[in-house]
Amino acid sequence: MRASPADYARLDLRREVERPVDRQVLALDVNGERRELLLPVHKTLLEVLREDMQLTGTKHGCELGECGTCTVLIDGKPELSCLLLPIQVEGRAITTIEGLASGSQLHPLQQAFAELGAAQCGYCSPGILLASKSLLETNSRPARHEIREALAGNLCRCTGYTKILEAVELAAGRMR
Amino acid sequence: MNQKFNVIGKPLPKVDAASRVTGQAVYADDMLLPRTLHCRILRSPHPHARIVSIDTSAAKRIPGVQAVITGADLPVKFGILPVTQDERALEHEKVRYVGDPIAAVAATDEEIAAAACDAITVEYEVLEPVMSIDAALAAPKDERIQDYGGPNNIHKLVALEFGDVDGGFARADFVREDVFFFQGNTHLPMEQHSAIATYVDGKVTLWSSTQVVHYVHRALAKVLELPMNRVRVIGAAHGGGFGGKTDPFAHEIIVGKLAMITGRPVKCTLTREEVFYAHRGRHPVLMWVRTGVTKDGRITAMHFKSALDGGAYGSYGVASTFYTGALQTVTYDIPAYRFEGCRVFTNKPPCGPKRGHGTPQPRFAIELHLEKIAHDLGIESVELKRRNFVKPMTRTVNWLRVTSCGLEECTERVMTASGYLTRERRPGRGMGFAISSYLSGAGTAIYWNDMPHSEVQIKVDRGGVTAYCGAMDIGQGSDSVLAAVVAEELGLQPKDVRLVTADTDTTPIDLGSYSSRVTFMAGNAALEAARKMRALLVEAVEASGRRFDEVTFEEASVLAEARFGTLTSAGSYTPPNIAGPYKGSGVGPSPAYSYSACVVDLDADRRTGLLHINKVWIAHDVGRAINPLLVEGQVEGSVYMGLGEALMEEQTFRKGLHKWPSMLEYKSPTFLDMPEVATFIVETNDPEGPYGAKEAGQGPLLPVIPAVSAAVFDALGVWVDEVPITPEKIVEALRRKDKGEMPRYGPQGFPDIPYPPTIKVEPPPKELDRAAPAAI
Repeated sequence: MRASPADYARLDLRREVERPVDRQVLALDVNGERRELLLPVHKTLLEVLREDMQLTGTKHGCELGECGTCTVLIDGKPELSCLLLPIQVEGRAITTIEGLASGSQLHPLQQAFAELGAAQCGYCSPGILLASKSLLETNSRPARHEIREALAGNLCRCTGYTKILEAVELAAGRMR
Repeated sequence: MNQKFNVIGKPLPKVDAASRVTGQAVYADDMLLPRTLHCRILRSPHPHARIVSIDTSAAKRIPGVQAVITGADLPVKFGILPVTQDERALEHEKVRYVGDPIAAVAATDEEIAAAACDAITVEYEVLEPVMSIDAALAAPKDERIQDYGGPNNIHKLVALEFGDVDGGFARADFVREDVFFFQGNTHLPMEQHSAIATYVDGKVTLWSSTQVVHYVHRALAKVLELPMNRVRVIGAAHGGGFGGKTDPFAHEIIVGKLAMITGRPVKCTLTREEVFYAHRGRHPVLMWVRTGVTKDGRITAMHFKSALDGGAYGSYGVASTFYTGALQTVTYDIPAYRFEGCRVFTNKPPCGPKRGHGTPQPRFAIELHLEKIAHDLGIESVELKRRNFVKPMTRTVNWLRVTSCGLEECTERVMTASGYLTRERRPGRGMGFAISSYLSGAGTAIYWNDMPHSEVQIKVDRGGVTAYCGAMDIGQGSDSVLAAVVAEELGLQPKDVRLVTADTDTTPIDLGSYSSRVTFMAGNAALEAARKMRALLVEAVEASGRRFDEVTFEEASVLAEARFGTLTSAGSYTPPNIAGPYKGSGVGPSPAYSYSACVVDLDADRRTGLLHINKVWIAHDVGRAINPLLVEGQVEGSVYMGLGEALMEEQTFRKGLHKWPSMLEYKSPTFLDMPEVATFIVETNDPEGPYGAKEAGQGPLLPVIPAVSAAVFDALGVWVDEVPITPEKIVEALRRKDKGEMPRYGPQGFPDIPYPPTIKVEPPPKELDRAAPAAI
């Protein structure tokens, strides 16, 4: 049963609940798969990936663009999915953590992170792995300070970062 | 140390490493069951207020809203400690901090649930908030925050004396007093708290991001008024805790209740801002310490006072209070010791346990205090500290039983590697040294009883091995420890062992991932279960005329299953009863203590007060590294978190509001801030730990913070007696130094606190210094 407008406590609330939600059909290319979705235009890419596409490997730490946890790759470049709207990335190649391995074969970065204990709770790992992948694609022999710079926007509370740096270096060596 | 191991001591990847790096691990917020409803919680905007009325009628009429509940629906109080059951999942009489939960909505999507929260009208009678230790000690302007404790807003008072303190001071050649302040800070796990509940066949099932499935189980059963056997709590893949998910939380109870009302799954994930207010983090602690020493630097007596700003509820606070006074004696041989502790209620988010629970604050104080005494006496501080180190196999004056102790070796390792004693002395460059110790599990359970603290079952069938244990892996690798222990005993690799963990229906109990207890306690339980299983397999193989090492594991398991039927074994761990004979002795005892030593090297800019940490050397006595890779990870993570607390992290409030409840404003170290860390694992082979192992997850945080402050003194000649050690404090201390004042930044005094009469405790008799393990 729909409530009458007078029942709502506040006018702005009424607008919030009753406002017409614009929805658009968007085609997103995620991990090489093209999907057409009917989406409210205000939903973030993070929400769409997790809630509409069940790609829950992408995590959220703040939803304000502060922690790097929700990092995905757009055309190979790291972007914060909590600050993107799907309409901005229509037609572009989106890579999430689910697209990093080849089938069940881990990417060298994933392999190195696993071997060296660079993932403890693992919650920040998807974002850091993708940012690292982007780094290694442009710089196959990064100095440690370059890795620090490339990952400076990704917070991790478990590892103290040390094993992550070592893992990126190990993977870079194996990928050369 | 001449045992040969196949698995123990090997730097193996974690058993769940692949799922963590591929996005396959399912965290609580990743779960979406059919027909899931989403929950949002309305929270108090006032730090202190009486609730006059709550009107949810408009919220209930919003399309998509399935249920709205208030405190009247969940009146039963709960809390982590039996003595402080002072929280309600939803408050309906009074709110005590900004963020106190008042009402909750389940709706078809999160936006509707949030809008419905906005539609709830709450009328408040605003009360004067109490926002500091001093204000809490004074008579309240309106009314007390809680209706227990006292006088005024004091929550807990304790006064204990061990040995002859007055005599100890009289014997001293030199006595010094200092005051320190450690500001509060928070855990900041990357994953926000999240829980999802179902109500099916009259049973509530909750998946949650928690460190303590067992205590959540208890709280849910109590507040939902269901028998324990109608509640099941499962730990979802965990995105980081550090102590921040060690209480039962309102949202966990709320989604259980909403699932019972709606008959649908209900999920609640806190926003980052809510996580800052959920808190239960590091207590702000003001500390006063007086120590007497002989002229060669031997401690004759110590008197330590602490005042903890507890926030609005009890949480772990009674234990935290005792912890601020308990472990001083575990590193230094203090022949006479008086401790007076006080925790107050304030109108802020409740404080509780964060990595090191109640001990980093006094560790900061005591390490710097001894630095100053050494400076006064003209003795190298490392030497002064060494002269007072506790020895292995001793009892402290407050009855704590020390078994293995690698303090000397840890100190030697960091001294040698850092070159501390021969360092170049020049202005602006400094090194600082500190040591610490931490529990390998609390020796007493939160609910005192005679039952085991950890239990493991093993099932073997047709070559497969499954280990069942209530232990919750929060990323530290407790699952990998369980698998390693079982694999070692059965001649397998960890990846061959299936694990079922942290599920109150299917696993035997483990009390949870807190107090650094899991490796020691679940490890010992797993060891016992695995050895029993091995004995069954060996007996069956030998009955067939062969030797165990001649057959494959599959063959052995088939022979044993044919001989004995279903193959199961169980093991459990109960800590030795080693608490001293006095009230309050339950906090501090542990079956074993880890030890750490640390050197920090930094550059300090005297113009700006900015610090640059060049390198940290840390040695940690872990007893034995079951998996050195994971031990290193714990040590490095502890150094990182210690540096964050030392340099920048603080949880402070303005008019009841958190000053920086976001990850941008609450500063924590990034990849750019983290220095190189040299980690040394010291193995002392503890007599009671599994394969000799002790803890690694908390202890190494402790020495980092005082080592930073000591290094600042080394570099600039000023003391910063307050954490965090920020540039403005350093600059202010330098300004005072330049004016010829005391070259120091820190608290000026310690308030008068109405401590109760001191309980005098005789020190343990000398014969308690142990010859054999487990002798009391």
